[in-house]
Amino acid sequence: METIIQGKAYVLGKNIDTDQIIPAEHLVYSLSDPEEVVLYGKYALSGVPPEQGGLPEGNVLFIDEGSCHSNYTIIIAGPNFGCGSSREHAPFALKVAGVKAIVAESYARIFYRNCVDGGFAIPYETAEQLNQVIKTGDELKIDVESNTIENLTSKITYKLNPLGDVFKIVEAGGIFAYARQENLMPQA
Amino acid sequence: MAQTITQKILSKAANRKFVDVGESIWLNVDILLTHDVCGPPTFDIFKQEFGADAKVWDPQKVVVLPDHYIFTANEHAHRNIDLLRQFAKEQGLEHYYDVGSDRYKGVCHVALAEEGFNLPGTVLFGTDSHTCTSGAFGMFGTGIGNTDAAFILGTGKLWEKVPESILFTFDGKMPAYLTAKDLILHILGDITTDGATYRAMEFDGEAIFSLPMEERMTLTNMAIEAGGMNGIIAADTIAESYVKARSPKPYEIFRSDPDARYHSKYRYNVSELEPVVAQPHSPDNRATVRSVQGTRITKSYIGSCTGGKLTDFVMAARILKGQKVSVTTNIVPATVKVARDLATEFYDGQSLKQIFEDAGCSIALPSCAACLGGPADTVGRSVDNDVVVSTTNRNFPGRMGSKHAGVYLASPLTAAASAITGKLTDPRDFL
Repeated sequence: METIIQGKAYVLGKNIDTDQIIPAEHLVYSLSDPEEVVLYGKYALSGVPPEQGGLPEGNVLFIDEGSCHSNYTIIIAGPNFGCGSSREHAPFALKVAGVKAIVAESYARIFYRNCVDGGFAIPYETAEQLNQVIKTGDELKIDVESNTIENLTSKITYKLNPLGDVFKIVEAGGIFAYARQENLMPQA
Repeated sequence: MAQTITQKILSKAANRKFVDVGESIWLNVDILLTHDVCGPPTFDIFKQEFGADAKVWDPQKVVVLPDHYIFTANEHAHRNIDLLRQFAKEQGLEHYYDVGSDRYKGVCHVALAEEGFNLPGTVLFGTDSHTCTSGAFGMFGTGIGNTDAAFILGTGKLWEKVPESILFTFDGKMPAYLTAKDLILHILGDITTDGATYRAMEFDGEAIFSLPMEERMTLTNMAIEAGGMNGIIAADTIAESYVKARSPKPYEIFRSDPDARYHSKYRYNVSELEPVVAQPHSPDNRATVRSVQGTRITKSYIGSCTGGKLTDFVMAARILKGQKVSVTTNIVPATVKVARDLATEFYDGQSLKQIFEDAGCSIALPSCAACLGGPADTVGRSVDNDVVVSTTNRNFPGRMGSKHAGVYLASPLTAAASAITGKLTDPRDFL
């Protein structure tokens, strides 16, 4: 796994549910056919009301018109990120868009599990309200080994909560890799 | 050591005598549920990880109920049904309920109950957040993603963190104007949309055990709206007679120990509660209907796993009998069984179907329909700046279609009363 994750921040508010991450009408595309997979990138976060996307100013597109890939690598959000529907299409869409980590005050359980077990993006929790101090477009650097996030734009470093129990699954790259590593299922 | 009902069920599934809160344990799964949105990607992951010719761990334990995008012209949605059909065939899945056949059931959480898959003491995982609905039967039910579901398909097992429990006790006798929906919206207002994250929500008290199974399912269904891992109500004689009428299978009834530890406890007297709504755009944005009475609406929607069961329509019919609706009112039965019952269930001398037709409602075919928006041609989908009063479960921006629409979550009584006046209306005005 990468030990340093660096890229631009895209900042969101609280209770970003999976319908906002990938609206239900788009759940019909294949998650394995490469031509359709890119559509998940195209519509990632398209359900977020425009004024609430890319805080603090808002009205910042996560995906540019005509693109399937985002300029933003790290999502910064408030509490209860990924609440609502169980759709794994949500963390999948963020991954396709190019997101590598999410830093939120808390997560809904299913989204959190999906991120970890599917190996889509690392779901970090933080005690601080980072969406109040980090701005969309700030350059961030996450150090996976020291559990810190540095805002290279403002030169301020914040602590991330250690991943705890799930670190070994994140490190393995998902539940299947982990289960094979622990001999919980046959080797591939 | 004292345990809650949730701990006891998880202990059994882990072949242990006791499991402690916070432990991550491996569970043996009794039933895996999936549907047309999450089934195809789950099957893809299963084949990728276990091999193209791999067989599921136990074909009797896999239940596939297409329900999300059924009555649509969307070709991708049709393809997903084809993929379900193909997988069910090659794996010999007896519990596949094909679209377009007389086996089609409708909304999975309600169909699971009707078809006798809900058994007290068992463990159900489903690729749908409202899998917690089944907890009304004194069992553990929770939602998961495709990867976890594929893992279960291959191994019959999944890890889970034993949750702390929150106990909600409802004392008193349910007044005629109050419904399970009002109770759960009340709780959501108190604990908010993440108040139960990673926790079990356990319900008990005289008022709860007076409710029919369908109403109990409304309560446990919306546990996820508070972030709950599961919602649960211990099985009593009402639950047992429901189960026995539908399944010959054995089951085991668990109850929380009197000295079990809880994260917190809430106690309500139902005689002090009022009809409430969750205002846009969050299920915890509670207000009494009286306090928002008169707010203009453009649509009323009565349907979904939360509010499309027979008991929901009986409640709506009590209000709509002899009345006319003044806004578009969609009646969306959760299942084929519920749809049939609309014609045979009578209120005050008229069938529910007749009552709804006379009132000017439109009755749709059974599926999830506009609860989650769905493809553009979905019945009841919100458009533009619609203001919808709905018996569904979620009202985050865009949930029912348009991200500019506002959705008020309400009981079937409130949705019906509001449909008549075209404004949010307390059902007591019509009772």
